[in-house]
Amino acid sequence: MNLHEYQARALLKAAGIPMFDGDVASTPTEAESIARRLGGNVVIKAQVHAGGRGKAGGVKLAGNPGEALDHAANILGMRIKGLEVHKVLVVPAADIATESYVGLIMDRETQRPVFMVSSAGGVDIEEVAAQTPEKIVRLPVDPTYGLLPHQALTLAFALYRDFNQVKAAARIMEQLYTVFTGNGCSLAEINPLVTTPAGQVLALDAKIVIDDNELFWRPDLGLLRDDTAEEPSEAAARRANLSFIKLEGDVGCVVNGAGLAMATMDLVKYYGGEPANFLDIGGSSSPEKVINALKIITADSRVKAILFNIFGGITRTDDVANGIVAATRQFKVNVPIVIRLTGTNEVEAIRILEGVGMTALSDMDEAVQRVVKLARKAA
Amino acid sequence: MSIFVDGRTRLLVQGITGREGAFHARQMLEYGTAVVAGVTPGKGGQKFEGRVPVFNTVADAVRQTGANCSVVYVPPMAAAGAIFEAVDAGLPLIVCITEGIPVMHMSRVMPFVRAHGARLIGPNCPGLITPGESKVGIIPGNICSPGRVGLVSRSGTLTYEVVNQLTRNGIGQSTCVGIGGDPIIGTDFIDCLRAFEEDPGTDAIVMIGEIGGTDEQRAAAFVKEQVTKPVVGFIAGQTAPKGRRMGHAGAIISGSSGTAEEKLAAFEQAGIDVMRRPADVVALLGQRLGALSKR
Repeated sequence: MNLHEYQARALLKAAGIPMFDGDVASTPTEAESIARRLGGNVVIKAQVHAGGRGKAGGVKLAGNPGEALDHAANILGMRIKGLEVHKVLVVPAADIATESYVGLIMDRETQRPVFMVSSAGGVDIEEVAAQTPEKIVRLPVDPTYGLLPHQALTLAFALYRDFNQVKAAARIMEQLYTVFTGNGCSLAEINPLVTTPAGQVLALDAKIVIDDNELFWRPDLGLLRDDTAEEPSEAAARRANLSFIKLEGDVGCVVNGAGLAMATMDLVKYYGGEPANFLDIGGSSSPEKVINALKIITADSRVKAILFNIFGGITRTDDVANGIVAATRQFKVNVPIVIRLTGTNEVEAIRILEGVGMTALSDMDEAVQRVVKLARKAA
Repeated sequence: MSIFVDGRTRLLVQGITGREGAFHARQMLEYGTAVVAGVTPGKGGQKFEGRVPVFNTVADAVRQTGANCSVVYVPPMAAAGAIFEAVDAGLPLIVCITEGIPVMHMSRVMPFVRAHGARLIGPNCPGLITPGESKVGIIPGNICSPGRVGLVSRSGTLTYEVVNQLTRNGIGQSTCVGIGGDPIIGTDFIDCLRAFEEDPGTDAIVMIGEIGGTDEQRAAAFVKEQVTKPVVGFIAGQTAPKGRRMGHAGAIISGSSGTAEEKLAAFEQAGIDVMRRPADVVALLGQRLGALSKR
């Protein structure tokens, strides 16, 4: 789960990391009064889960509260990569001497939290990593012991020469590690970490991603989720406990298991079609899940045909068949459905489907070819 | 022959009285797996299905039954603790089926597992099966058949799809291992490839990967350098968008790394035969095994 910049700032601030003052606004007048409080010279930043905000016109410099009001009025309601801006962050236009990068990620290879710091900050760190990897210092942390004092100092020395700045930065490393472990982060990033002409070390911009698996037992973190920043169909799917991602094609896919769901989308493409979505109904099936899945998929008018691909293991194929039948009784499905099912209770499932005049295939390739053909015919 | 589990596996089920644990313990018993013990704290002294003794702790179960492998069906928030307990009791092999364990928990589990020289398979995996001998986990036994092809996969139902293709076409399996779809897992492709390479009962290997991370790329390099047996590979997620988690916590393309193209290219460079669709496994293996038998 991605946090907005203003939410990430709040977590860093709570851990004691020094930052510029600033606040979040939902209306232009709120932005104006924050700007006045901050002395007038401010930056207005759109709060959306999309990169490239600046290029899209979502970050503007204001010289006085009036300009802040105008910029906020323009940015609020604007769409960046399809996402509507509901909030803006107002921060002072800071006088900056240096910019560094400090990031902490959960690394798959070392299986540990890994710090990455670079004195080349403020820019796209992926680009730095690709072009000049030697400018990034990496340090894996053993979670059994946490970030040790000499490790924090080593990271800080990679950024600064002035020992007062080094000490300040080392403290920020420790605080960032606390934020990371205390909130179940998969990423916690300060970019840039800046120094002011007066020599202060401060966090300017922050990014935090929380491991979705933490949300189950950390309802406090779940409250940070911004439903309005999501594709509505994806938010609906999440509430129905379905793993769903909206795509651009016209072949709706309902599959059990994430790997098979991806392989099904790939096969749709292989046979010349375009998948409309990724959808995993999960292991333990219930007719309700199938009904919800069909509701979400049929709400997309671009979908021209729907494919069920079910390999019964824990998933009982008769549950899925019952769900399909119940769904078509509850609401009208106006596009053709192709059903492939095999495995646990398939004989029963086929009997249920045939009872209402539906058929099921047992071969995945045959089913995908058929649904692609039907989608093309309807297009 | 096989890898990791066989007829000598004496299995302990952690969470045997829970909904998932009980259901799959029954399935494993039906398959013929030697399920010798169950563990549920507070339920020690009970008998599962009238025959499998239930213990309060893993240490008790191991001491009294000689269990040498554990399978974990404990809910996500307690699963890491269950793995710690199994390792602490000296079990050499732990298979964790549980999905949804926080990655932070796994980053604390793994140093402990390694320090004790234990092997963890999973989490968030379907487990493994040596057809005809032992099933540990949730892979449906009826789609497998004994034979000489080893299979390793990051997925669950996609594995079943491929195994089913093999069995229906008369190609049996030595062992099928689901290594799991999480970012941090105990056993990776290379561990399984090395074991299959050393297993005299395996003639060829099928490897099913997906987008996210670099495990497949490193495995491809390992195949090129150290695997003499034919390897056939598949990557799921060629149509997956960047930056989105495709169900599995580990199936996410970060920036430009972990794409299907990158992994397929690594496969091809390593001489791994690439399956364009799951059904290709039969023809590709047939060619490689045919060439092998003619030698």
